[in-house]
Formats: sequence, C-alpha cells, structure tokens
Amino acid sequence: MVESKHSWKAWLYLAPAIVLLLVFTVWPIINTVRLAFLEDYNSSMAIGGATYEFGIRNFAKVLQYKDFINCLTNTILLCVLTVPLSTILALLIAVCLKQIKPLQRALQTIFFLPYVTNSIAIGMVFAAMFNMVGSAFGGENELIITAGIINNVIEFFGGQPINWINSGSAYWANIVVMVVYIVWNALPFKILILLGGLQSINTQYYDAAKVDGTRRARVFTRITVPLLSPMLAYVVITGFIGGFKEYSSIVGIFGEKMGPAGDPGRLNTMVGFIYDALAGDHTGRASAAALILFGIILVVTLINLQVSKKNTHY
Amino acid sequence: MKVVLQNLTKIFPSRNKKSNEEVVAVNDFTFTIPDGKLIGLLGPSGCGKSTTLYMISGLQKPSGGQIFFGDEDVTELSAENRGVGLVFQNYALYPHMTVKQNILFPLQNLRGEDKLSKEEMLERAYTAAKLVQIDELMDRKPSELSGGQQQRVAIARALVKMPKVLLLDEPLSNLDARLRLQTREEIRRIQKETGITTIFVTHDQEEAMSISDMIVVMKLGVVQQIGKPQDVYDDPTNLFVAKFLGTPPINVFEGKVAGGKLYLDGVEVLDVPGVADQDVTVGIRPEGFTLDENGPMVCGLNSVEVMGRDVSVVSTHPASVNSVIRSIIDADNKVAAAETVSYSLKPHKVFLFSKQDESRIYFDI
Repeated sequence: MVESKHSWKAWLYLAPAIVLLLVFTVWPIINTVRLAFLEDYNSSMAIGGATYEFGIRNFAKVLQYKDFINCLTNTILLCVLTVPLSTILALLIAVCLKQIKPLQRALQTIFFLPYVTNSIAIGMVFAAMFNMVGSAFGGENELIITAGIINNVIEFFGGQPINWINSGSAYWANIVVMVVYIVWNALPFKILILLGGLQSINTQYYDAAKVDGTRRARVFTRITVPLLSPMLAYVVITGFIGGFKEYSSIVGIFGEKMGPAGDPGRLNTMVGFIYDALAGDHTGRASAAALILFGIILVVTLINLQVSKKNTHY
Repeated sequence: MKVVLQNLTKIFPSRNKKSNEEVVAVNDFTFTIPDGKLIGLLGPSGCGKSTTLYMISGLQKPSGGQIFFGDEDVTELSAENRGVGLVFQNYALYPHMTVKQNILFPLQNLRGEDKLSKEEMLERAYTAAKLVQIDELMDRKPSELSGGQQQRVAIARALVKMPKVLLLDEPLSNLDARLRLQTREEIRRIQKETGITTIFVTHDQEEAMSISDMIVVMKLGVVQQIGKPQDVYDDPTNLFVAKFLGTPPINVFEGKVAGGKLYLDGVEVLDVPGVADQDVTVGIRPEGFTLDENGPMVCGLNSVEVMGRDVSVVSTHPASVNSVIRSIIDADNKVAAAETVSYSLKPHKVFLFSKQDESRIYFDI
C-alpha cells in the first residue's frame, strides 16, 4: 500500500492512461447509452442546436427494421456454425501437432501465420479462390469460365462449378464461403491456446493411462478433453464474443456492399448495421443497435460461463 | 509371477549431437525376482533404478536384453499388454475424476472376454479401496485428499486390475516423515495380503531395508549388490554399498595392512589374517566400536549425543576420511567427559576395501 502522502505521485503516473481511457473508452460508452435514449438523435442536427426528447423510440425502430432482423440472423447463423466447427478443428489439429515430433516448431509457425496476416487481404484471396469470372450463370449456349481454384478443383473431379459469391449466387453458397473463411481465420489463435494447454498437461497422466491399457479415443475423451477444458471454455467464450462482432470478414470477401453483386446487404451483420446507421447519420439508432448487440453478447457469455462452470475442471 | 531380467540394458542417445556421448542408464542387469516378493531398487539419483522400473512396466523400451514375466518374454510387449500396475512418484491421479472414477478407470478399459459388468467393476473397486482403507473417500476428488490418501488411491488404482507385477516409483518420497513410516508398513501389509510381486524404487536406504525382501543396490547403471537387506548391510561387496547403507553412515578411514595386521595412523588396531600387505580403505560401522580404556583406537572426543536407547559419540581420528567419526554404543556405557575416548573394534563390523577399485578385501575372522 502506498502511503497517502505519496499517493498523488501514483495518480500522476497513472494519469496519461486514465485520461486516455476516460476520453476514448469510458465517455464513448456513457455517450452511447445517452444517445441511444435520445429520440431520433442525429449528430449533424445536434451541432445545429437541435434538442431531443428522452425515450426508447430508437430501440423500437431498430427492432422494426427488416434489415436488422436479417443482420441478426446472419450474425447468429455464422456464430453458431463457425465457433463449434473451428473449436473442434483446432482441438484436433492441436492434438495432432503435439504428437508430431519432427518439424513441430515449423508447423506451429505455419499454422500461426493466418493470425498475423491482414484479414482483408486474406478475404480478397478467398474471394479470388471462390470467384467465378466470365458469363452469367447458366445461360443457354454460354461458356462458363471458371477462374477460382475451388471451382477448378470441382470441375477436375467432374462436378458442376458452383456460383459461390458472384452475382446470382445462392444464400447458402455465400454462407459456406463465409464459414470456410471465418473458421480458417479463427483457427490459429485457438490452436495456439489449445496447444499451450496440451503441453502443460503432465505426461504422467498419459503414461498412467497407457499402463492401464486405455484406448486412444478414450484417452482423448476422458483425459485430454477434461484436462483441457479450461482452455476450451476460454476459446469458446472468446469465439462467441468475436463471432457476434463479425464484420471485416464479410467486407474482405464481398466488399463494403456486404453481399454479392445485385443483392447488397444480404450478408450484413450486427456491426455492419451499426456502421450503416452511422453512415446514414442516424447516431441514435446506431447507439441503440450497439446496446442491443452488447446485451446479446452479455447474455450469451453468461450462458457460456454457466455451462462451462459445470463442465470445466480447473 | 516371477520376473526375470536378462542382460537388461538401456542406452539414451546423447543430447548433444556433436559429442555423440551416449548415456548408459542401465548396464547389463541380470536378476530373477522371485514370485510374490517385495524388491527394493536402491541407489542415488541417476543410477538407473527408475529406468529399470519403467522398462519393466513397458513404458520404456530396453536397448538390449530381455524381460520375462514367468516364462513369457514380454520384452516386445507394450505397456498396456503387460498387466502391470504402476504407481507414479506424484501418483498421476486424474484430477477431474473422483476417487471411485479413478479406481474404476483401468477396469473400464478392459475389453473382450475380460470385460466386466458394472456390478463386478464396482465390487472390485470397493475391494481394492478397502484393502488400502480409502473406501470412505470414494466420492472425493484427488485435490481434496491428503498426500497419504492420494498415495493409497494410486495403489488401489494399480491393484484393481489385479496386475501380475506391481511397480512403485519412489512411493514415499512425497510424504512427510511420519506418514512415510506408516505408509511403508502399509505397502508391506498390502503386498503380503495380495502376494503380488512388487518392485519399488527408492533412494532412501532405510525405506528399502525396512520393508524389502531383497534389495538391489545400483550405481551409475550398474548393479552393485543384490541380497537380503541385512546381508547386504553386514557384508557389502564394495565401498559404495558400504557407504550407501546405514544411518548414521559407515566411518571411512585410510589404513594400511602389514603382516596380517591393520594399522590406522600407524597404530595397530585389528588382526586381519589372510590379507596381503597394502594400503587399504577401511570402513567401520558406527556400532563396530566398543568402549575400552585400553583399546587401540584413541579418538579425540567432540560430543556425546544421548538418544535414549543408544549413545552416539562424535569424535575425531587422524586417519578418518570424514571430519568426524560417529559411533553408537549402548546407553548403559557411560562416556566420561574427557579429551579422548578409546575403542576396541568388533572385527565383523570392520570392512577392508581395495584402494584401486574399492572392492572388498575379505579377511578371516
């Protein structure tokens, strides 16, 4: 404990951080709450001196928007699909990586590379991989030129090329591309955490299991997974939080229009909705949507924590 | 089940790729462990005793030699097919399972014709738990148990599948002194009750001597001596074994044999018939000294420690290798407060060792 006559020094040293946090984190949060409850708040009008009544009409408007429901559906769908998938894949990869002795370091580095690569750049590469250049889809006597590597592979094995992301593509095809991209992008961090967890498990548990003649599948389900459960819980919880904030991945593949050409906004997400509202100078509506998103993440995280409390062995 | 080790050797490759220095952890170990006995593998750290244990368990593959369980060659058999029970030094209890689940775990692994019904499993788990007296704690987690209780759970888990051989790696090293005494009696009792051939590893000679039917003393991968604890203590084959066994440790002197007599610091102290004239290393057990006013060994008296039954006398002698010598004499003998104390020696507690290779030089008593 710092003696009280010296405490002003402590405050002085903390001041730069505190001031920055107050200005750029605490005040925006408070202001968001304030703006969300000011009816139809509009920042440019506010500068002009307009005043606003207190009310909840912003929330009502947000919920009535058809676009908002679409954004919410997209966000939840992507979350529910990608978080379990990426967690299971990361777990399997981490377990395999742990068992490989030669080149382990090199492989670890390779698996971690996507994490340090710009996600927009990755998105553009994925967009190119799933792309289809050439004529309109399915027209009579028209040659379809497939440019993306995915369609090339499909054709190589004798399949019909699929319109993944271009104009006229199906919603499910868009979602498949997004899931592949988001899972791939989410893997490195999860692998890193789980591999770290695996390496901290005492190998004597495995020796003991071996002496007792335990099958590999049983070792995995009864020993590895329970002993890894704190890390799994962490990865799932942060995965859901990140998933609800999905935005840049959509931009990476579909661009700012948030959808295939001809159907903009089809894959818009919650965060995308907030940005759109801000761009349309509907600050109040954006604030309300942000608070709704916050509420959803809070509830989901609390449920996650509750579930993991029962299944986690620290 | 008798266990036969035939020229067992384990060589670890060098860690440093350039030097190519291999580490011979166990060197040409041959020994037959009789059925139903408790064997202690004893030696300082790095002597290869744990490696030997892990080779018997199947967790490590020998570089050479063979292992037989009974008449069956198990050298190539992996750990899960050997039917051994292994208790790890830090027990390796699964922290997320209750005591009951831990003990049941090996049974649930059984497949095919060995597969047991739920009732049979529970029955055997409770039998094992009763044997080690933890049947009251079945629903606790390992973290809720004391060290001694965890140790018992580990033993129960190893015993529950009725192993052919029970292996214990430093079973008492994580326990406090009192529990250690109690637990080693317990291990002895459990071993007697089950009759399972048991091999345990320890660096504590007292522990090994107190409960083993036989001890194997190892040094740097080489077996030094095998025998009943008392025999090894009374008749060590070399200086290392003599020094390693016994508390307080043996007193070592530089001496000389001439004309069948042993001289320490130029004074004749004992008849050693049949030994050629040479310089020797002399080991004298603490209980090998008898108070004798006219005795040949005159030592400078440092202190007298009364320990109830015995008296421990700390003294100095010019020929001693260590700074002090410790002798243990009966408390009935009063040691007078004086500058010096004189002893005569009990011939069967005096061992002579060669200066060249530290091997024992026998003399007729």
